[in-house]
Parts: sequence; C-alpha cells; structure tokens
Amino acid sequence: MSDIAASPPAAGEGRKTSLLRETDRVRKRNAAERRFELYGMAAVGIGLLALAFLLLSILGNGLSSFRQTFVDVPVALDPVAIEEAEASVVKTSRYRDIIEGAFVSALEARGLLEGIDPEEAAGIISEEAPAQFRDYVRANPEAVGRPGEFTFLVNGRIDGFFKGRVTFESAELDGNVTPAQLRLAERLAGAGLIDTRFNWAFFTAPDASGQRPEAAGLGVAILGSAYMMLVVLFLALPIGVAASIYLEEFAPRNRFTDIIEVNISNLAAVPSIVFGILGLAIFINFAGLPQSAPIVGGLVLTLMTLPTIIIATRSALKAVPPSIRDAALGVGASKLQSVFHHVLPLAAPGILTGTILGLAQALGETAPLLLIGMVAFVGEYPDAPPEGLFDPATALPVQVYNWTQKADPAFVERASGAIIVLLAFLVVMNAIAILLRRRFERRW
Amino acid sequence: MTTGTILIALLALAVVGYFLGRGRAVASAGGDVRRLHSLPRFYGLNVALTTLIPALAVLAVGLLALPIWTDLRVGAAIGPSLAGGDAGRQSLLIAQADRLAEGLEGADANVAAIAALDDGALAGAFADAGIAVREGTDPSILRAALARVGTQETGSWMLVLLVGLAGVVGALVALRASGPAFRARNAVERAILGVLILASTIAIVTTAGIVLSMLFETINFLRAYPAADFFFGTVWNPRFSGDSQLGLLPLLWGTMYVSLVALIVAVPVGLLAAIYMSEYAGPRVRAVAKPLLEILAGIPTIVYGLFALVTVGPLLRDWFAQPLGLGNSASSVMTAGLVMGVMLIPFVSSLSDDVINAVPQSMRDGSLGLGATKSETIRQVVVPAALPGIVGSILLAASRAIGETMIVVLGAGAAAQMDLNPFEAMTTITVKIVSQLVGDNDFNSPETLVAFALGLTLFVMTLALNVLALWIVRRYREQYE
Repeated sequence: MSDIAASPPAAGEGRKTSLLRETDRVRKRNAAERRFELYGMAAVGIGLLALAFLLLSILGNGLSSFRQTFVDVPVALDPVAIEEAEASVVKTSRYRDIIEGAFVSALEARGLLEGIDPEEAAGIISEEAPAQFRDYVRANPEAVGRPGEFTFLVNGRIDGFFKGRVTFESAELDGNVTPAQLRLAERLAGAGLIDTRFNWAFFTAPDASGQRPEAAGLGVAILGSAYMMLVVLFLALPIGVAASIYLEEFAPRNRFTDIIEVNISNLAAVPSIVFGILGLAIFINFAGLPQSAPIVGGLVLTLMTLPTIIIATRSALKAVPPSIRDAALGVGASKLQSVFHHVLPLAAPGILTGTILGLAQALGETAPLLLIGMVAFVGEYPDAPPEGLFDPATALPVQVYNWTQKADPAFVERASGAIIVLLAFLVVMNAIAILLRRRFERRW
Repeated sequence: MTTGTILIALLALAVVGYFLGRGRAVASAGGDVRRLHSLPRFYGLNVALTTLIPALAVLAVGLLALPIWTDLRVGAAIGPSLAGGDAGRQSLLIAQADRLAEGLEGADANVAAIAALDDGALAGAFADAGIAVREGTDPSILRAALARVGTQETGSWMLVLLVGLAGVVGALVALRASGPAFRARNAVERAILGVLILASTIAIVTTAGIVLSMLFETINFLRAYPAADFFFGTVWNPRFSGDSQLGLLPLLWGTMYVSLVALIVAVPVGLLAAIYMSEYAGPRVRAVAKPLLEILAGIPTIVYGLFALVTVGPLLRDWFAQPLGLGNSASSVMTAGLVMGVMLIPFVSSLSDDVINAVPQSMRDGSLGLGATKSETIRQVVVPAALPGIVGSILLAASRAIGETMIVVLGAGAAAQMDLNPFEAMTTITVKIVSQLVGDNDFNSPETLVAFALGLTLFVMTLALNVLALWIVRRYREQYE
C-alpha cells in the first residue's frame, strides 16, 4: 500500500523533464550510441591497419631482393688454365681458382689487399661465380686467350651488408663472414668495384642451393606457375562453362541436379589441402603421373577452381534476360542454338571475369602443391609445353614456402621478394577482371 | 605409339569424316541444300562426333585397363610361391621385375626372341642385351619382366587397333545415315547435351574421388593401427623405425585452440565492421573500405604465413611472451591465431553484411519510431533478427580456420602438445598432414597412411560445419523472403 502512496510524487518528478533537456539516462544512451559507432569504426580501422601492416612488412622485407650486389673482376682467359680446368674432375673448383687468382692480383695491383688474407678476400665472391664463368667460356670459345672483364655476384652475406642485414657486430658472431671481409667490401665499393644494381636474375634464374641465396631466382617457379595456369585455363574454363550451361539452362529440377548443386557448393568449401591428398592418391599413386609436374598441379587446381568458375558463370547466365532466349526460340533456333549463339556471348564478360578471379585464386594456392611433390628442389627449366607439363617444376607460392625453410636469413628477403612478384601478378589479374567488368557489364 | 599420336590421328580422322559427311549429305540431296533436314555442317559434325566419341571412350577404357592387365600378367609370371605369401616380398619382386623391364625397353631388346628361350638361357640373354641381372635371380622374375614388356607392347597395339576400329566404324555408320531424311541437328545437339551433362557430373566425381581415396587409405591405416589409439591417443610421436604413437587428440587440440584464437579476433572485428558498413557508413566510406577489407580475403595464405613467420611471431615473442615469461617460441598458437583472425575478418564481415542488409527496413523503422537509438535498434532488433545468418557466417569462418594450412605450417610450430599457454608452439591436423606426406616415405607405413586418416577427419569436420552453416543461412533467408 505504501508503494502506491509513494508513486504520485514520482510522477510529478517525471513531469519536470523536457525533451530539450538531457537527463542522465538520455546522456548515457547517447554516449552508448557514440561508443557503438566508434567500435564499428575501430573494427574497420583494425582491418585496414592489419592490411596496411601486412603489405608494408612484406614490401619492407622483400623490396631489397630486386637489387643485388655485384663485383667487377678482370679475368684473363688463359687457354692453358681453362684447358686444365676442363680436364679436371671438379671443374668448378678449378675455375674458382682462376677467378680467385685474378681477383686477388687485381686487388693487389690497386693496393686494396691490406689487412686481409688473400683467401679470405676471395671469399667475398659468390659460390655461383665459377659456374657463371664456365658457362661464359663454353658459350664464347673465341674469347679464350683475351683479357676479359667479368661481373660476378658477391657472397650473400656481403650482399646483406650493403642492404643493412649484416653488420660488423653480427659478422663477429657469424662463421660465414668476417669483419675484415666487410671492410674490404667497403673499400671495394669506395673504389667502384662493388655496386648494387637491379637484379634481373631474380626473375629468370632457377632456385639455388642453401649456400648460395644470392643466386636463387624465380625463373622455374614462374614458368611452373604459368604452366599450371595454362592447364587450369584449358580444363576449368570449358568444363566449368559446360557444367554451368547444363545446370542453368537445361537441367530439370530433380534429385540428380540437386546432388550436383550440393556437391558444387560443398567443393567450394573443402579445405585446399584435401585436394592435395586427392591429387596424391588419384593422379600420382593411381594414375601414375610424375611427381612435381605442373600437369598434376594443374589438374588439382582445376578441380579447386571449378566451383568458383561454375558459380560465376551461372550468375552471368542468370543475368541474361529471358527475352533474349525467347526471341531466339521465336525465330526458330533450337534451345542449344539460342544458348550458344545468343546467351553465351552476352554472358561472356561475366564468365571471363569469374575465370580470371578463379585463376588468381589458383595462382596463390600452396598447400595442395606441397603434397604432390612440388617442394622438391628444381634447378632446371621445364621444356616447352606440352612435354614440359610433365617435367619437374615448382610454383611461385611453393617457392616462397621453400625459401622460408632455409636457414640463411638472406632467403627471407628472397621469399618476401617472391611474394611481391606473386602479389603483382594477382593485382594485374584482378585489375583486368575489374576492367572487364566495368567495360562490358551490361545492365538489362 | 603414344596417346598423343593416337589423339592427333583420331582428330585427323574426325576432320576427314566432317568433310565426307557434309559432302555426302549435299550429294544425297542432289546439291539442293533446302531438301536436307538440317544445315550441311550438322551432317559433317555428326560424322565427326560419331568418330570421336566411341573411339575416345575405347581409348579411356583401354588406358585404364592396360596397366591392370599388365600387373596381372606380371603377378601371374612371378607366381605366389616365390614370395611365400608375403605381400611385402611380393611387391619387392614385382619392383625388381619392373626395373628389368625398364632396362629391356631402354636396350631395345628383341623381347619375343628372348622369351622363346628356356629358363636356363634367360639370364645370359639379358646380359647380352646389356642389362645387369643380379646373380641367383629367379628365372620367373625375368619371365615377369618379359611379360611386362610383351604385354605392354601387344596391349598398346591392340589399343591402337581397337580405337581405330571404333573410329572408323562410327564414321561409316554415321556416313551411311547422312541422307535428306536424317535429323542431323537433333543428333548433334543430343551429343552436345551429353557432353554438358558429363561436365556437370565432374563435381560428383571429384567428391567421390576425395572420399574414396581417403577412405581406402584410412581403412588401410586402421588395419595397421588401432582405431581407439588413433582417436583417443594423447601422444603424437611418429617414428620411422616403427612403433609410433599416433594420437589425434593433441592435433585436434591445437587445431581448435588456433581456430578459437582466430575467431576471437575475427568475429568481433568482422561483425562490428559489417554493422558499421551497413548501418553507419556513408556510401563513400563504404565504397572504399569494403573492397579494401575484401582484399584481405584475396591475399594468398602463404603471404599470411610469411607474415606470421617473419613479422608477427618475433614481435609477439619479444614484446609479450618473453617479458611475461610465457615462452621463447616465435611460432605459437597466438601467432597463427592472430594472423588467421585477420584473414577471416572479411569472411565474417561480408557474409554478415549481406544478412544484415537482408533484415527488412520496416523492423528498423518500427524500433526507431518507438524511440530507440540507432545502436539500441541494431543490438536489440537487427542483430537478433540476423542472428541465424551471422551464426552461419561464423561457422563458415570456423570451417575455414580448421582447414587452413599455410598459416599454421609457418606460424604455429610443429610440436604436438596439449597446453593452455597460447604462447607455446602447438600443431594442427593440417600441419601434420603436410609433414607426413611431404618427402619420400614408405607409402604403406602407418606413419604415412595416418595423413589420410587425418585428412578424412578434417574433411568430415569441415563438411559438417559447412552443411550446418548453409542450412542455417538458407532457413534464415526463407524467413524474410
């Protein structure tokens, strides 16, 4: 009873409030409103910041891989020494002797060899140099007997010194480089013998062993990825378009087509590594296709890309208005002719856009390729297709993974550089897709 | 004759058939095309297709059957007695015969002449052909090698013959029919429709291939390793000398833990971003921010993996784990989880965005009209109405997280352990699939086969999540349509 008695004054209190005056409660609610909007902005901000941080970290780590440090060495192509080297069992080690001798005498002539042991000084030239030298000699036999000027790669640690990765302090602790070598490199750079320039070999050279990060390149990986994209394009596009045409234009609504539809939507969500297991079990163990071959990678990626292409193609077909079909049927075309002569050309831009996006997705896929043996070290370029499709190769994303597994920190730079190349390809593909969509998209 | 040559020959035959069929149809109509039922090119196409389709079918069957037949012949030549019923020894003997057969092919030996010799002279004949035969090799092995080469040779010739026959017969039958009354267009269209149907069944074939390939190897694995130890074992310790402990639970724990961390990052950020984009942001902000966020979904996972390995891992170790005394490992559940969470943001946000936009405007108007603020409307009306769709998008994100490979391979570490400390390295199902299948291992050992069991487990888990999510989303969509 007392509650009721107490309520009239409360009501009287409520009458004092006005819409124009903020009460505590309204203030709280408005603050909550602002806070909520801020949370939303923060969430978007976190996403964008993460994206920026990701890209900046990759760029920061990887851009330096496009530049490489080289040393100029005058080497006299002495026919006797070269003949001796060719006759020896370990040819590159004899060639190395020639290069080292020439390098040391060149340093001596310039008076740069103080405070360092000649053998130590020669250590700043890359292990790759003898092979490079021998290739030159074999390709240009007429040059033998003349003095020549050569540009060799420097050792990965020296390269790292010029890129700021290696310092005098870290060299103290490092078994592969000495501070004396770094000082020599500094002097050589001062004399103009060592300089850092754009590194074309990064895009063309094959992978190199763990001791020679300076020589490792993406040539085989880019070729392998290109081969796989070819396979995907030639298989996934026709199969995907054919399947979409059937499902969208012809299929009756029954059990069978339902099963197909459920399968397609599920395949789109199957983890990619499962496709790798499929490739290993079916294409390699059962069908006996070779490991590490782009054809197997292409087949696996085709199966992965199919749902993407089918979904895109179906929505492109769906966007073509029925009046087009009716008009074609009305003038006597068969159902198939109406589709192939009229609907398909109108849907082509949409199909192409979807295909490019599917290819972009396939280009970045790594996990299934690990399982079908594409992690193997491949030092030789595959042949031209179609035979080359069966040669061992690697792929861009797998090459990144490979380099992350190496001990030498110079490979981290390479891996980040490879990712920049990969991302550049993806950006180009997506840009083409967007352009196509802008240019040809038709609203009915 | 290689498969490529056969294909080219068939194509040439089909082209010839096209022109013959076209010509015959026109001739049968006395040069007056209007008397034909279909355009002349359909008669040509009909002949070309009836040449190609049966011949290709024969080729496909033959290519599948030939290795099986060869293996049978080789197995029969060795006989079960030599291996004494031991399957491992039998496969070794077959491998030996295969190597010899390769040598025979490389040496270009006259196989028929060698096969006519009696057992005693066989080894000598092999040596004459330049193939090293180990002392004391059973003559039946040599016979098996000969059988392999011989069967392959006869088999490939028979295949060429059969394929050619099928092509020619098909062409002749179609050619005979090419007259004015024949409905060539209908026949061609039926064939094309058949091809379309075939293409659309590839999705089913792929799913069947995935399930069967993993199922068979999983059964093999469970024969060699007790199922209870696999599903409920708490120790993962594969040893290639045998006697491994292959318990699923530590891997499952790592998978769940990493996924949980990823979802803790992705769900609030993604959901709030979706709400902001659909309810607050103006069209200009939306036009910029939405595609930018979706870039996150288009970046390959290897990029995230490297980001985790090179940047996030050391950062977390130096700024959190070591100062807090929680561990010294750069690869940890936290590293992988955070990076994966970033990757999942667009998965949550774009699907949630869709479902939030699908909530009818009238519901918002009703709530605003009653005096609720915008955020109250969102929290008490829009989100509850969109909840099933949001749950569906979270489940889809979870399925992605469970199946993600490269981020955890590079970010989470390889130590299979069940620990609560998120700064400790742990491992997941996908990491172990990669580590058990990459490299040259004996394919029939349980250490390798376990990868297929892990794959099947993963497949079943993600499939269940996907089906559940799609079911929820679909049911919800129907509600407001």
